Amino acid sequence: MLDQTPNTSETSLSIKGLQLSFGAVQVLKDVNMEIRQGEFIVLLGGSGSGKSTILNCIAGLLDVSDGQIFINGRNVTWDEPKDRGIGMVFQSYALYPQMSVRGNLAFGLKNARLPRNEIAKRIDRAAGILQIEDYLDRKPAALSGGQRQRVAIGRALVRDVDLFLFDEPLSNLDAKLRAELRVEIKRLHETLDNTMVYVTHDQIEAMTLADRIALLREGVIQQFASPDEIYRKPVNLYVAGFIGSPSMNFISGEISGGQFRFNGRATSLDGYDGTPRDGAAILGVRPEHTDFRIDGPESGIAATVELQEHMGAESVIYLRLDGQRFALRTPDDTHYPDGTSLNLSFDIARASLFDPQSELRL
Amino acid sequence: MADIAFDGPRGSKPRHRLSGRNIMIYGTLIVVALYYLIPLYVMVMTSLKGLPEIRVGNIFSPPVEATFEPWVKAWSQACTGLNCEGLQRGFWNSVRITVPSVFLSILIASINGYALANWRFRGAEFFFAILMIGAFIPYQVMIYPMVILLRELGLYGSLTGLVLVHTVFGMPILTLLFRNYFATLPEELFKAARVDGTGFWGIYFRIMLPLSLPIFVVAVILQVTGIWNDFLFGVVYTKPEYYPMTVQLNNIVNTTTGVREYNVNMAATILTGLVPLLIYFVSGRLFVRGIAAGAVKG
Repeated sequence: MLDQTPNTSETSLSIKGLQLSFGAVQVLKDVNMEIRQGEFIVLLGGSGSGKSTILNCIAGLLDVSDGQIFINGRNVTWDEPKDRGIGMVFQSYALYPQMSVRGNLAFGLKNARLPRNEIAKRIDRAAGILQIEDYLDRKPAALSGGQRQRVAIGRALVRDVDLFLFDEPLSNLDAKLRAELRVEIKRLHETLDNTMVYVTHDQIEAMTLADRIALLREGVIQQFASPDEIYRKPVNLYVAGFIGSPSMNFISGEISGGQFRFNGRATSLDGYDGTPRDGAAILGVRPEHTDFRIDGPESGIAATVELQEHMGAESVIYLRLDGQRFALRTPDDTHYPDGTSLNLSFDIARASLFDPQSELRL
Repeated sequence: MADIAFDGPRGSKPRHRLSGRNIMIYGTLIVVALYYLIPLYVMVMTSLKGLPEIRVGNIFSPPVEATFEPWVKAWSQACTGLNCEGLQRGFWNSVRITVPSVFLSILIASINGYALANWRFRGAEFFFAILMIGAFIPYQVMIYPMVILLRELGLYGSLTGLVLVHTVFGMPILTLLFRNYFATLPEELFKAARVDGTGFWGIYFRIMLPLSLPIFVVAVILQVTGIWNDFLFGVVYTKPEYYPMTVQLNNIVNTTTGVREYNVNMAATILTGLVPLLIYFVSGRLFVRGIAAGAVKG
């Protein structure tokens, strides 16, 4: 994928060998991305992973140290933000407090010296899509958080561009509103069919919104794939541990004879999606891919209940397995007293094996 | 008392007006206020008395026969060693010095602060460090080099020269003030404006300025009082016909010919102090309003 040459009609955004250093600190190390027209891309990572930095480079708000950025086939590496054909939405909304909502929407268009009736037309259209007609003449201070973020999206919308950049747009909202706006952004994407690049640290947002997720760590893309693939076939231990809550359980052991052996126990690797080789390995099993029975064969994988969290629709049981914590997610809402022994079985088809040295998936 | 549940403290806690704490607080405040107000009171009273009444003593007693004669005299007739035009000439000189100095210094310093806070250009840190060093060097050290500089520029002794001096000396502290204020404005606002196609000046005038009323008021207060009350630069860098009000006041009060007209001196002093006082009264309220207007959470 990295070797693909940008196809001007198809590729919306292309990043080649992007590097950025602040003094001696290298923030981005050789980032490469090819993003197709109409794709919804989420840049996911913890703080300091460089996800917002990439977005700022795309927007032209940061000068890159090396590499190139193409938008719609045009090299924009040295272009001013306004000339790149982008719209951007910020975490803190960044509305101009002294201007009305209408003024906020019109500001960029006036700067671009668009005719008055064109400006009015675009504002009407954006306000209609985002349902903000009722408060076009209010000041941002008189709006709620959700309304402000709508206006901020509107400000990107009126620019009538192909590429939208979102910098953690929902992080300042409360949980309920966040879920609402998430759905709305998804709907917006389906309506407009623009390319969107969306930065977040929230994996739920990433999983639900993205066509493809780029998971970053310390300025390096760990995996750039569909949410499904990242969830099911994480390329390395970091990705495996990052996605999912509670996170994936890891068990050290070794592979031999088609079985994964640890602490005198064994589980068959039949149906594993990959190419396991004999030797030391780490087995990663998601809490939701673990089944259990109260009674079972003596030789089974037995673990004792330590703590149980009931969440209504499901519950998470924290167990102790060979001195390590093991989480398990189940729709079963039975309350198991602490110390109960459960017999575990893993869904190997959806598990992952990793090389302990390289931390890569086998 | 029938209901046992209502025994003991209930509802809001009673407050005692005459508690030891309140007596302490208000007592201290009153004493301090009096300490500052008594000299002013004496000045006003003295300025309203005729000379014979002043000679009686009783500086605290109000005038028996109030007269505004000393005020008129201080403004238009009081003599310095050179002329007998009163303070008015000094007043207009001070206006002609203060207005452009305040305007220029704030304009330049706010642009400096904006550039330093928002546009991290190469050498910004170095430039800022140099400015800060300027803030810590005593003015006296720079007086003579400044004289030479103004002489070479052909501005020595002119109002323009003095305006330049005030602008330059106000720069370090004002730049620091503005830089720190602009740094508190959300960075994303600045980024959003750039995406919206605004440049260096557009962002300054249309985004930053409207959000910065409070800090501009602070800067105006600082500069107006500082420049109006300046004596040293006024006397060093100008010639007598351009002396600011403070220098004029000094010359009136220190004139040794004839009798000491305490009432005229008092009136002249109050007149000189009136402008900064006015600024505090007017902009104090603006300041509060400015903060309220600036408190828009982005």
